[in-house]
Amino acid sequence: MTTQAPVSAAPAARVEHLTVVRGCTHAVDDVSFELETGTLVGLLGPSGCGKTTLMRSLVGTQVVSSGTVTLLGEPAGSPRLRDRVGYVTQVPSVYGDLTVRENLSYFATVLGESFEAVELVLADVDLCDHAASMVGRLSGGERARVSLATALLGSPSILVLDEPTVGLDPLLRRSLWSLFRRLAAAGTTLLVSSHVMDEAERCERLLLMRDGRILADTNPAGLLSSTASEDFESAFVALIEGDVLGSGGVPKAGEEGL
Amino acid sequence: MTWRRTRATAGRVLRQLRHDPRTLALLVAVPAVLMGLLAWILHGRDHDFDTFGPQLLGIFPLVVMFLVTSVATLRERTGGTLERLLTMPMAKADFVLGYAIAFGLAAIVQALVVSGLCFGPYDMTVRGDAWLVVVVAVLDALLGTALGLSLSALATTEFQAVQFMPAFILPQLLLCGIIVPRSELPTILHWVSYALPMSYAVDATQQLITHAAVTTQFLVDVIVVGGFLVAALAVGATTLRRRTP
Repeated sequence: MTTQAPVSAAPAARVEHLTVVRGCTHAVDDVSFELETGTLVGLLGPSGCGKTTLMRSLVGTQVVSSGTVTLLGEPAGSPRLRDRVGYVTQVPSVYGDLTVRENLSYFATVLGESFEAVELVLADVDLCDHAASMVGRLSGGERARVSLATALLGSPSILVLDEPTVGLDPLLRRSLWSLFRRLAAAGTTLLVSSHVMDEAERCERLLLMRDGRILADTNPAGLLSSTASEDFESAFVALIEGDVLGSGGVPKAGEEGL
Repeated sequence: MTWRRTRATAGRVLRQLRHDPRTLALLVAVPAVLMGLLAWILHGRDHDFDTFGPQLLGIFPLVVMFLVTSVATLRERTGGTLERLLTMPMAKADFVLGYAIAFGLAAIVQALVVSGLCFGPYDMTVRGDAWLVVVVAVLDALLGTALGLSLSALATTEFQAVQFMPAFILPQLLLCGIIVPRSELPTILHWVSYALPMSYAVDATQQLITHAAVTTQFLVDVIVVGGFLVAALAVGATTLRRRTP
């Protein structure tokens, strides 16, 4: 359906001074970053740190307080982005009272996709055996994959995935991450969130988030070396402590500033 | 808005219903049994069933459809599927009309079965055309769907949604002229009844009960009910938000 953005110079997404106030808290607090086309970027941080709000702002479903979000040269949420940005919510948003294939066929029709696309994404998420099962009777992990498959329909240029691998068995998690890498290699830009720090190693680039702010914009190797840590869990702890002390030990491995 | 997406949505809603045969059975059986009960209660009392039967024939489906639609759309709102659809190239009208078509088809089946029973075994008669009674019943069921769609926006839980039935439908039932003719209502309540769609729905049936030919008043009633229907669907569409706080 959609052609990948041919211009490699322009970022797939640009977030500038984004602030989202919910109630009296700053769910997202003056966040800026860019996503380069065809990269697999991990958005990591504890639950409640603002990951979902940030992702919703990218997709355009979030009312933002200030700042701008631009995807593929269009403001977030613009009608022209609706078949070019795929979004998977944390809680699987599919119909429990329909079969897997009925769910995907419906969303495929809405997106103007063929039924062959349905079979392709079923294979992508390894659900061919469950195509005729009612979604409501599937396990949590299987339901999450139906939701993911829905977002893959129509081969969107940007995929925003909110904790797509949480609760999955390790083998399946590995196969999904390799799917994400394949998609990125083919030119899709992916922003994948997780609160499991160990998933950091699977990303090309990392955005570490806490209390609505981005603590670090780095990559797995950079994160470990700059915090002199053995694993990602302690690297994140080191980052937070550095942030609290205001020691300015925030590493920036990427060229683009915060 | 495209016909392809509207039709896909209607088909999807009908498929969901098909996977839930008990709901489907209740949709038809509840009004059918209620009408049978009414016929039995009023049996042998002159023409009481001919008076109350046709009026309630439109109201039972309205209530049932109101409940089913408000719960169904509330599920879409809280389950994230509506948000997902609205991030896709889906017009709000596709969603609302899809629901209206799906439940409209269900309403036609419901009205045909129930009125078939009423005019057949239950022995109900009207002076006007029987098929027009069916048309009004379908229109009422659609009105119930449209009201359910728009009012579900005010509910955040299913507990709240089901309570909108007594809150929004029962007052209309009290004021629509079945219990006390509208002209005999206290003045303020009489005025209020003009603003309520069920008043026109019931008046349309009353016209069919008392007149052999189609009256102007009947046509006006049907147009007003249709107007309420379109307005409720339009309000329903505006309650769908692509961007939420």
